[in-house]
Amino acid sequence: MSFDVAAVRAQFPMLARPLDGRPLHYLDNAATSQVPQAVVDAVDGYETGTRANVRRGVYRLAEKATEAYEAARRRVAGYLGVDAGEVIFTSGATAALNLVARAFGDTLAAGDEVVISEAEHHSNIVPWQMLRDHRGVVLQVLPVTDEGRLDISVLDDVVTSRCRLIAVTHVSNVTGAVTDVAAIVDAAGAVGARVLLDGAQRTPHGPLDLPALGVDFYGFSGHKMFAPTGVGVLWGRREVLEAMPPFLGGGEMIRNVTFERTTYAPPPHKFEAGTPPVAQAIGLGAACDWLNGLDWPAISAHELGLTQRLLDGLDGFEGVRVIGPAGLQDRVGVVSFDLAGAHPHDVCQILDRHGVALRGGHHCAQPLVERFGLAGTTRASIALYNDDADIGALFDGLEQAVRVLT
Amino acid sequence: MNDDLYHEAIMERADRAAIDHRLTDPDASATVDNPLCGDRVTLDIRLDGERVAEIGHRVRGCALCQASTSVIVETAPGATAVEMAAAEAELRAVLAETAEESADLRSPLAIFRPVRAYKSRHDCVLLPFDALSEVLRKAAARPR
Repeated sequence: MSFDVAAVRAQFPMLARPLDGRPLHYLDNAATSQVPQAVVDAVDGYETGTRANVRRGVYRLAEKATEAYEAARRRVAGYLGVDAGEVIFTSGATAALNLVARAFGDTLAAGDEVVISEAEHHSNIVPWQMLRDHRGVVLQVLPVTDEGRLDISVLDDVVTSRCRLIAVTHVSNVTGAVTDVAAIVDAAGAVGARVLLDGAQRTPHGPLDLPALGVDFYGFSGHKMFAPTGVGVLWGRREVLEAMPPFLGGGEMIRNVTFERTTYAPPPHKFEAGTPPVAQAIGLGAACDWLNGLDWPAISAHELGLTQRLLDGLDGFEGVRVIGPAGLQDRVGVVSFDLAGAHPHDVCQILDRHGVALRGGHHCAQPLVERFGLAGTTRASIALYNDDADIGALFDGLEQAVRVLT
Repeated sequence: MNDDLYHEAIMERADRAAIDHRLTDPDASATVDNPLCGDRVTLDIRLDGERVAEIGHRVRGCALCQASTSVIVETAPGATAVEMAAAEAELRAVLAETAEESADLRSPLAIFRPVRAYKSRHDCVLLPFDALSEVLRKAAARPR
């Protein structure tokens, strides 16, 4: 099986929709990706065919809805290489990370340490600062190298015997650098700490084998991996989930409630209080199935080929500096750059007129961007459906941005 | 391609504000941030009675933010807080879709008329005026 990008593009309704008469060159996939027809159909199938609440009713429609929801959990589990009983549906990656900060955080004591990195999205910084302020936990920060990679060489200095958790990104949403997970897991193992990966930027780039990675928690969102907004996942090792108290209280997460005492459902339902995002979860399950059916070695070659073309082209622009790894080793097609003398929002505004959707700003990673002496970067992020025309349109627009802004 | 947003007057003003000019002993200073993009504007002010005697600035922002700062730097000296509040109201009218007739074409703020169509960029133009309001408030509240 080889990869036919035109055939894949044809499955994405948004990509066939012109923007003010021009083709859409969508290169903001690290923010939100588009959805294939298979996902649209799955959500539509629930909304128009099996819509009911889940894990409550005994009527046949409710049972169908519950089965569709739990089947989605199994599909996600299949994509991650884990047991479905360890897959918790959340409202997104942010909710997944906050869940760990609150529930696992409840098991920590003052003086215990949590290690994050300089490369984190705000959603993997702020919850830990809130925990620090709430429980007296100490926050340690692993720096990044000039290439925007986690600086593994200083791990031993940052991870002390008081460390209880290392919570870092799997792939940077600014530099595209893939974290050396084995080094992180080794450092955590040496002091008996757990490992949480923020996988939001990794999950759109192929199936995972989380047990083989050796981590304890993995959080990500659906909307960056060709699924609907409003749904995400926290995966956790069963024994770790069982040891954690619940985060939110309410319906569905209980076994029995009296005014004196409440007992809780086992994971994953212990962490799914209230009616979950059923339609969105079914859409995420469909996205995982769709992704699982693709030829990933071919897609990776396609994505990295576009990334190389992008890096090479940017190298030819005077005043452009790429913030992130210069090569393809251990990186994905998230490419940030600075155009000297021009602000990212102005660059993005001009690119928009060429139908090119880019993100400009700090990407919710202010400490990382400021580490490189910038207020923001311009970011192009590649998904499997991008093609040469998208990269060419970016270069055409950038030439105009250089003319107008510098 | 029509460069309506980045026309000559905007770019010329943006260039002017790109060079920092801070006051060494201001009556007040204020820094405001745009949380969306991380843009930051700092204004220093020295008053002479109720009027602005001198204004300093540092802007880390886009061309629109720089150009807006440039207008403030040019028009604030000699003006009162009330007059500058009126200028901000005029800018908001320029950006509002229904205010075509209300804005004086001769006003330096008229250069921002093309921004009207780009709602996500309105805050870029307004951020320096937020800084101006804040620095004037601080200057008025200082002990004398």
